[in-house]
Amino acid sequence: MNAPAALNRRSLLKVTLIGGAVLAFDVRIALAQTAGGKAIVINAYVRVNPDNSFVIGSKNPEVGQGVKTMLPMLIAEELDVDWAQVIAETTIADEKVYGLQIAGGSFTTPMNYMPMRQVGAAARQMFIKAAAARWQVPEEALTTAGGVVHHASSNRTATYAQLAADAAKVPAPELAGVPLKEPARFKIIGKSKTGVDTAAIVAGKPLFGIDVQKPGLLHAALETCPAYGGTLSSYDETAAKAVPGVLAVVPINSGYDPAGGNDAIAIVAESWWVANRARAALKPVWSTDAQKQYSSAAFAASAAAKFEQGPEGSILAKGEADQALASAAKTVSAEYDYPYIGHATLEPQNCTAEYKDGKIVFWAPTQLPGDGRRVVSQALGMAPEAITIHMTRIGGGFGRRLSNDYMVQVAQIARALPGRPIKLIWTRTDDMRHDFFRPGGWHSLTAGIDGTGNLVALKDHFVTVGKGGKPGTGADMHDTEFPAQLIDHVAFGQSVVESSVPTGYLRAPTSNAMSFVFQSFLDEVALAGGMDLPDLLRRTLGEARVIKSEGRSPDGSQPQFDTARARAVIDKVCEMAGWKGREGDEAGDGVRKGRGFGFYYSHRGYFAEVVDLTVAKNGGVKVDKVWVAGDVGRQIINPINALHQAQGSVIDGIGQILSGQKVEFNEGAANRTNFHDYPLPRIIDAPEDVVVEWVISDNDVTGLGEPALPPVIPAIANAIFAATGKRIRSLPVVPAQLAV
Amino acid sequence: MATVLSVNGETRQVEADPQKPLLWVLREDLDLLGTKFGCGMALCGACTVMLDGQAVRSCTTPVSSATGKQITTIEHVASTQAGRKISEAWVELDVPQCGYCQAGQIVSATALLDKTPQPSDAQIDAAMTGNICRCATYLRIRSAIKKAAGIEEGTAA
Repeated sequence: MNAPAALNRRSLLKVTLIGGAVLAFDVRIALAQTAGGKAIVINAYVRVNPDNSFVIGSKNPEVGQGVKTMLPMLIAEELDVDWAQVIAETTIADEKVYGLQIAGGSFTTPMNYMPMRQVGAAARQMFIKAAAARWQVPEEALTTAGGVVHHASSNRTATYAQLAADAAKVPAPELAGVPLKEPARFKIIGKSKTGVDTAAIVAGKPLFGIDVQKPGLLHAALETCPAYGGTLSSYDETAAKAVPGVLAVVPINSGYDPAGGNDAIAIVAESWWVANRARAALKPVWSTDAQKQYSSAAFAASAAAKFEQGPEGSILAKGEADQALASAAKTVSAEYDYPYIGHATLEPQNCTAEYKDGKIVFWAPTQLPGDGRRVVSQALGMAPEAITIHMTRIGGGFGRRLSNDYMVQVAQIARALPGRPIKLIWTRTDDMRHDFFRPGGWHSLTAGIDGTGNLVALKDHFVTVGKGGKPGTGADMHDTEFPAQLIDHVAFGQSVVESSVPTGYLRAPTSNAMSFVFQSFLDEVALAGGMDLPDLLRRTLGEARVIKSEGRSPDGSQPQFDTARARAVIDKVCEMAGWKGREGDEAGDGVRKGRGFGFYYSHRGYFAEVVDLTVAKNGGVKVDKVWVAGDVGRQIINPINALHQAQGSVIDGIGQILSGQKVEFNEGAANRTNFHDYPLPRIIDAPEDVVVEWVISDNDVTGLGEPALPPVIPAIANAIFAATGKRIRSLPVVPAQLAV
Repeated sequence: MATVLSVNGETRQVEADPQKPLLWVLREDLDLLGTKFGCGMALCGACTVMLDGQAVRSCTTPVSSATGKQITTIEHVASTQAGRKISEAWVELDVPQCGYCQAGQIVSATALLDKTPQPSDAQIDAAMTGNICRCATYLRIRSAIKKAAGIEEGTAA
């Protein structure tokens, strides 16, 4: 079967949908994709093989969040094929065809749940129309199942493969109008599906960016100025080129300061090990005078001074916070802080590219290929159309690969060596030092409660980091920060510490830090009012209502907060864990046990968590068990993965508070180098269990890459307080301070 | 300099600096890309392979010290009984998330079961603690090892 001539015709559908209350979608289906092999292209997402198997595209990068399985599940469900007939593949990066392609913001599910179902349903309609025309019967008389169209009264059947050549010529239907299955008829959505790449991973197949192999491939290592914004003054080019095996030495601009000069030197060789070892011969001299002022000690001193001076600006001023605090029955004040931390994806940053005839092709482990195209286009002065991006499987993202510095870097190296594919690999130390860090921050909080313990006023002076008085990326605080929307008198002020350190989004950005600050502080407030945190939260939530706020989220949604959904997960987790209030006791011999609670709403998901932990005599903290109640809407798409995402998020959060994660800076350079000085949680740190239950609510379905993480951090801090009486107001936990 | 290696049951000859880590010989000279680079300092376990049945970190193992030994990588680990059971359990429980560390995890788990067919919870944690999983799939790693060993969940061996 050959690809039909009709595929020369381009048909671009652009449909804007409103998915429930909050999200706007933009879906395009191109019908004129190049047909590969004998498969017939039905649309940009679906190809039919002669054996009636289906290649179904996943448009977003796979970082371990499971989209390469989940997105094809949505399409296959409405296409009405069996899951066993599906071969999933990641599509090419092409935003003109696929719209926003991103692994970030837990956006894949909310932005694609309906559109991908519609894509599958539209393709199914095309097979039905083809069969109706072939058999001269009404479409309504046809049914489908397992990739077969059936006409009951004449008992005729045809596989989709048999209909594919005709179906590909059928004009694509309007997506908004295609009929969708009632959820009760789902055969794939809601059923656990093992990851489509799991067997290949277990067999050691080369799937990742670092595994890319091309004929004539050369390898590159990169020596980069340790201080952000520094530039290259001189280096020993002759010595580096004299190292046996070194083929080229290429000074480049690493992309940290696109307007700056060269600040990195690439060494290219037949072997990465050879290239990396030759770095020692470079003896670079960096110009970093302007960076010397930037250190963690200076940041902390500046933050302390700003606390003295008072806020430079306002994030939220609502009611009369000062008056309300003055007339409160009791006030509680505390200062909290958290450090810069890194992403530490286990696959170090890497990228492969080939530059030839004014065009460049990437094989990129990027979470945001559209941004990669943009920054490469700018850095190299190339037209966006001259840039082709293949998305590889990614060995962990966590937000690091939303920044595409490695693409800018390898592009410059590849341009210096046209016609040869170049694979750039960073060492672990490169990766630790050249991150876009989760920014550190400082908070000075005061809360007021009335005579019955109700929260009546809240003030926070948030000191963050950034440039020119503006918070850096991921270093901002929102005026919707919980519980600001629920009380009458709030003053959130802000000051910005000048910092050269690049910052970015880390899994549950802002929320991973704010949850610690506010849910820990609210535990203090609850204690002052003679109650526990779930009770204070229930009182503060008040009656069931949806609170909308100004502005729109990056996904086009209007931020909103549903007090009933919050209450439901709080109640659920308390029931699951048998919560009877803040509990702690001595287990003898200096061993202390504690239980704590945390709630947080982020990325459209509501999560409440309870932690049981043990503090050893030496102050070491071991989390014993965690209970999680989460509400991400009306449908859990792939339960086996949903559970795993929540469990992984929780243990990731355990690492942030307990593993000693903290990056400090000296003269503008990060001081962490590898997993001995920047520890990640290991199996011995994992609880015996993380019990997860879903609260199913009749709300739009949303993603699970992030929202289960934030609550566990304050739940641990609050459990440590319950166990030891010591309040954790600074991250990470220092065990020696908990020793007895 | 020619180095003769026994890799996954085959004899392979490579031209490599004797100091070159086994990891990079596997990846660059033998096209065995399943073994992963994570830290280069034997801190994360992504590069774990078996040398004569012992789990070792190939990123800090010079190729010269691997000569004369049986090298088993992720591509061949399922050829042993323990490796096959581990691999099957890994797929059945869908252990990987991003998957990058899993080659090292599976090799370490196989080395554990080869020597200790019925490991205790503490033995599992001790044997696996050198392998970092950034996605924190640790609960399923424990479960998969127990499943492969025929140990019922919730019971200790």
